[in-house]
Amino acid sequence: MSFLSVDIQDKTYPNECVAIQQLKFSAPKGEFIAIVGPSGAGKSTLLNVIAGLDPQFAGTIRFGSSELAQSGAKLGFLFQECRLMPWLSVRQNLQLVVKHTRPTPHTKTIDEWLQCVGLQGCGELFPAQLSGGMQRRVALLRAFIVNPDVLLMDEPFQSLDAPTAAQLRRLLHELWQNSAPTVLFVTHNLREAISVASRILFLSSRPSKVILEYPLTRLAPLDIESDDVAAEHKKILETYPNLLAGLHLD
Amino acid sequence: MDQLQINMWQTIKRLCAPLDGDCIRLLPLIIVVLLWQISGYYSDNKILPQPSAILNLLQKETFEGDLMFHLGMTLRRVAISFLAAMILGILIGLAMGIYDAVDKALDTFLVIGLNIPALVIIIICYIWFGLTEYAAIIAVTINKVPMVAISLREGARALDNKLFQVAQVYHLSKFDIMTKIVLPQLLPYIFGAVRNGLAIIWKIVLVVELLGCSNGVGFQIGGYFHFFDISGVLAYTFAFMLVVFAIEVLALRPIEKYLLRWRS
Repeated sequence: MSFLSVDIQDKTYPNECVAIQQLKFSAPKGEFIAIVGPSGAGKSTLLNVIAGLDPQFAGTIRFGSSELAQSGAKLGFLFQECRLMPWLSVRQNLQLVVKHTRPTPHTKTIDEWLQCVGLQGCGELFPAQLSGGMQRRVALLRAFIVNPDVLLMDEPFQSLDAPTAAQLRRLLHELWQNSAPTVLFVTHNLREAISVASRILFLSSRPSKVILEYPLTRLAPLDIESDDVAAEHKKILETYPNLLAGLHLD
Repeated sequence: MDQLQINMWQTIKRLCAPLDGDCIRLLPLIIVVLLWQISGYYSDNKILPQPSAILNLLQKETFEGDLMFHLGMTLRRVAISFLAAMILGILIGLAMGIYDAVDKALDTFLVIGLNIPALVIIIICYIWFGLTEYAAIIAVTINKVPMVAISLREGARALDNKLFQVAQVYHLSKFDIMTKIVLPQLLPYIFGAVRNGLAIIWKIVLVVELLGCSNGVGFQIGGYFHFFDISGVLAYTFAFMLVVFAIEVLALRPIEKYLLRWRS
């Protein structure tokens, strides 16, 4: 049985703009899925709907055999911006979410988590005292520290410089391999999708729907500039030349 | 400049360095007091008494007169009306900022409250409730509530919805949402309201005391005014200013600095 099952019949905004229509996919436990689509295709809307932040839609988001919202599944969400509370220290930001999580025998302390992401000694600093990359690491940690069943990521590394983004992608993979949540990673960068995911969902332009599911077979994250990524990128675009424009393939 | 002058200049700079910030604050004040002292020396003492004369009177009123009692009464009125105005203003302002219907319903009253002269409210309260302590406090509170409300309404409107989405995703409790997300965002607006509030309330309380109280700094200043005793007026004003300054420096600034330390 699929772990996460998304079936959105219709998502229309109050201004009559139809954002999503007949969008369906499912994801087994622990799969890392990248969602790629043209700008304005409704990728962020899709994640907001799945997270329950936008309940005005027709369809179902299921987790196992029940609705995601009622299933008790834990969510992690890495937004486009870090969305840390600027008035709370790094430790307080993490404590804020972790205290609503049931501890397990393997639960790490906050200091252990900070050490995992190379932020040891930064617990008492405020977000404004950290660099953009460090803030992003805290936000990533906040998403993982709740031990999520489903992790939603909305273009999380888009505003970072290339080396920092590469470092964070590796960190993301390490964290993902340890706890194996189902990841939905939204990006408009096909190379980034190829470098991190085990399957790519291509969305059409509005109204958004899945136009292609493209599986990848790999265990480790690839360097976005590597030859392997470049070859896969070329292969996809040669096979489906209209894909990134969000045009329907049939 | 020879070497000796350079050394002297550097020594002076080194000695003054720790005082730089305070010097800038104090220097204009010292100049004004000196000019005042000199002008007072050449003027009629009844029109412009020297600062030294005012300090003497202040000392006498503090240790032998009733200054502490009157100051205490004024501070009591300020404290009660300030607290009442802040609580009411924050509640009304938040309700107006969050709920559109409340905003529409109360907006007209807010505009009236902001623009109606304080003196009118004071006189109406004294006529309706008599020359009582309650009337004085109600009058001050009514004058201040609209200013607090308008500040907090803006604060509520500026609350960042994106942070509430974080709270929703991570299932934060209502208590955490209030204390860790809402309140910190409102703090700058609350501090703004506190500062403006105190500044206005001091002034209104003095008018209230002048018009209808039998004690307090305002009452005393009124008494000195009847005798055209400018020394008494200035002595009480000076005592009052010292208290205001002490509250600002010893309470407001440190609390604000601590609570908003994340900004620096």
